[in-house]
Amino acid sequence: MKFDRKDILGIKDLSVDEINVILETAESFLEISTREIKKVPTLRGKTIINLFFEASTRTRTSFEIAGKRLSADTINISASTSSVVKGETLIDTARNLEAMNPDVIVIRHSAAGAPHLLATLVKQSIINAGDGAHEHPTQALLDMMTIKEKKGTLTGLKVAIVGDIAHSRVARSNIYGLAKMGAQVVLAGPATMLPRGIEQMGVQAFTKLEDAIVDADVVMMLRIQLEREKQNIFPSLREYSQHYCLNSRNIKLARPDAIVMHPGPINRGVEISPDIADDLSRSVILDQVNKGVAVRMALLYLLTGGNE
Amino acid sequence: MKMLLTGARVIDPGQKIDAIMDVMLADGKICQTGVDLLKSVKSKDSAKTKVIDLSGMVLTPGLIDMHTHLREPGQEYKETVASGAKAAVAGGFTSIACMPNTDPINDNRSITEFIKRKALEADMANVYPIGAISKDSAGIKLAEFWDMKEAGAIAFSDDGKPVMDAALMRHAMEYAWSLSLPVISHCEDTNLSAGGQMNEGYYSTILGLRGIPVIAEEAMIARDILIAEFTKTSVHIAHVSTEGSVRLIRAAKKRGLKITAETAPHYFTLTDEALQTYNTSLKVNPPLRSAADIAAINEGLADGTLDAIVTDHAPHARTDKELEFEYAANGISGLETSLGLSLRLVREGVLTLPELIAKMSLNPARILNLPKGNLETGADADITVIDLQLPWTVDVHTFYSKGKNSPFQGWEMQGKAILTIVGGEIKYADPRLNL
Amino acid sequence: MAENKNMKVVMDKEVIDRSLTRIAYEILEKNKGISNLVLVGIRTGGVYLAERLKKKISSIEGEEIPLGVLDITLYRDDISISKKKPSLGKTKILFSLDDKKVVLVDDVLFTGRTIRAAMDALIDFGRPKMIQLAVLIDRGHRELPIRADFVGKNLPSSLWEAVTVNLVEKTGVDEVIIEEGT
Repeated sequence: MKFDRKDILGIKDLSVDEINVILETAESFLEISTREIKKVPTLRGKTIINLFFEASTRTRTSFEIAGKRLSADTINISASTSSVVKGETLIDTARNLEAMNPDVIVIRHSAAGAPHLLATLVKQSIINAGDGAHEHPTQALLDMMTIKEKKGTLTGLKVAIVGDIAHSRVARSNIYGLAKMGAQVVLAGPATMLPRGIEQMGVQAFTKLEDAIVDADVVMMLRIQLEREKQNIFPSLREYSQHYCLNSRNIKLARPDAIVMHPGPINRGVEISPDIADDLSRSVILDQVNKGVAVRMALLYLLTGGNE
Repeated sequence: MKMLLTGARVIDPGQKIDAIMDVMLADGKICQTGVDLLKSVKSKDSAKTKVIDLSGMVLTPGLIDMHTHLREPGQEYKETVASGAKAAVAGGFTSIACMPNTDPINDNRSITEFIKRKALEADMANVYPIGAISKDSAGIKLAEFWDMKEAGAIAFSDDGKPVMDAALMRHAMEYAWSLSLPVISHCEDTNLSAGGQMNEGYYSTILGLRGIPVIAEEAMIARDILIAEFTKTSVHIAHVSTEGSVRLIRAAKKRGLKITAETAPHYFTLTDEALQTYNTSLKVNPPLRSAADIAAINEGLADGTLDAIVTDHAPHARTDKELEFEYAANGISGLETSLGLSLRLVREGVLTLPELIAKMSLNPARILNLPKGNLETGADADITVIDLQLPWTVDVHTFYSKGKNSPFQGWEMQGKAILTIVGGEIKYADPRLNL
Repeated sequence: MAENKNMKVVMDKEVIDRSLTRIAYEILEKNKGISNLVLVGIRTGGVYLAERLKKKISSIEGEEIPLGVLDITLYRDDISISKKKPSLGKTKILFSLDDKKVVLVDDVLFTGRTIRAAMDALIDFGRPKMIQLAVLIDRGHRELPIRADFVGKNLPSSLWEAVTVNLVEKTGVDEVIIEEGT
């Protein structure tokens, strides 16, 4: 099997073959979570550290469950970025953790590139669980896995990603991944949320939601960070939701069998109207969560090599 | 003790000299330039004259870096006046002007005097302090220019902390004008650049780093040009990095305004594309821009829009740089790579060698009103000797500067200062010169 | 398929089929019918054999019995020391194993390590009443105390010989071959 990476830092680095290996492996892991005894002994004796410098319940829990279902010991460290102020740098933390000899370090950090820095410092495998506005590779993998399951393929699909592209690591990772897998990606958001040069990533960008979701097979809505209001990225949630909320009216522009995705947690009525979010014929949001565990199990499985 | 430097290609842009000549130094001054000066020595006091054969070398007025950061007082772990002045002569600079963003800020006579004293003790390059525009560089209250001038300040700048208040900038330019000293403006609209880590564009987008738009620099340059025009004063624009900035300055000069400007080697050598590994040694402010900006900087250098090449030497300790990109300090340790990188412009045909030397000696001297940057008889014996052919590899561990933060680590260079003379005394000599 | 001199066909299509028919009867005899009987094939060879056994048992008894598919990769005892991770197959056991008589089916019984892993996996799906083992070939060289309940053919082999079970479903031909290892 072709997979000899030390780290998973971003989808940008992955080849189509590698993405396929991960997705296929994840598909095999789906079944374990349906068992009575949701545990296999595969990673017995392995240690996985979840190093979270940024608050996260979903991703951290997902990684923790993934590790535990593989019988690894998982340790969660919720480090505050303010420890930097206290004088402990990421480098100090990394060296300390390395001395405890874990097998995989999963890191989430508000600073883009922090996982890359960590990867250069320690010999352990690093999985990027989200770094600033840069990448969130496991989210994109679980999104691709969900789409593939629902649509049978990624090739040739039209995927619309709507929202604050500028600040979204989910958007970046999905753009890389979907483009590599042969999907057409279109974006929508007010110009304040469309970062400079985004078209060079091989996507089309629109300022109106309606223009982007026409004939879309997949509509992926991004979470709006409420604090962006203060940065004048948009005037108010009220106005944003009037123009960028996916609802039963505008979804008619997408293909009749279009699926609706959201990385969560949803601001109901802001990004997606409640009736669409709860319409299980369209909304695959809970499938995404389910696939998340399988994808993370797959990565832990693929990265934990034997003794060299 | 006299010193006779023989056989070098002497380049003195001020006198439009570019010829093989000898230069005689005595009592810290240049006492004679001409052909075959060795004969006159032999007949008279040969024992008292040190003769150095510089055949094949280039001899220029001592290089002047008008934009350096020495970290003393306050951050001596990054650089001291002494270590910076030593790095300067090793890089071929006989004079450096140091920015006021020390800790405390050089916003008063006592700090200025302190730096001058430290420089005197170091006895390496000449060090000229630049005073702060505002108290604590806080951008609120004008600092005591006159006092600082008397203590040795040669210009005023809030470098690193741009003056956002246009009225304060206006008054700074007017007040400095009455003292016949220049204001050096770090042009950056901090609202536009807020939180920015690198040039705003495709690469900031894919790296997920907050961008610093070119307009953050250009809008402020436009403002400062307007203020200078309205108040009939002058302003010097620091570290120009964008195409739009070059365009604005070119137009202002064309209208006859007293605007001068500088850029630094990294702005004509590197682009934001290089940041893709989150290498913090590439983190500078203003940030590395695009290839189009480099082309415009080169044009600006060639047509005289950009008067000076400075190092923007910004030394940092490892702990300031071995961090997440967002938390890493801005700056490149530049004194010891500046000349090597700038000589590439000559090989690339952007500038002639005399033009380059002018931008690194005569022009900074004129902007700062220093009686330096030329080889006229009676001038200070500040001299830089360059071996244009010498190949060398950048190794930060051999830097005299405490700042080892350089993105040029491992670069192959051609051309280096091999002899630096300040006030008639040899302050740096490359071991290969065998003196 | 046997091409080189060092290769010997030890079972052909007919022999394999007769062996499976016999095993099917033996399973029914031992378990006194199909009540609570389930088959679980071990990926990949064991799955095809289990499917054939299921067909035979169903036609004898006139009733379908449940068939599960088991990938034992995640239970392998060498998984944490192997440098590269083997590809995973899907496990599909869509019924409870509680109180079931499970007949585990594999193509070749060798060291016994695969069966050990398979038994561990089965226990994770519930508490079977008993686990029995059916294999087409038992080539000896056990490293664990494991024996088969139903054997198609006992094939004494040396450690440096390779035993390959080719099945129509996989390679287009039914045969068991033994060859000198290189």
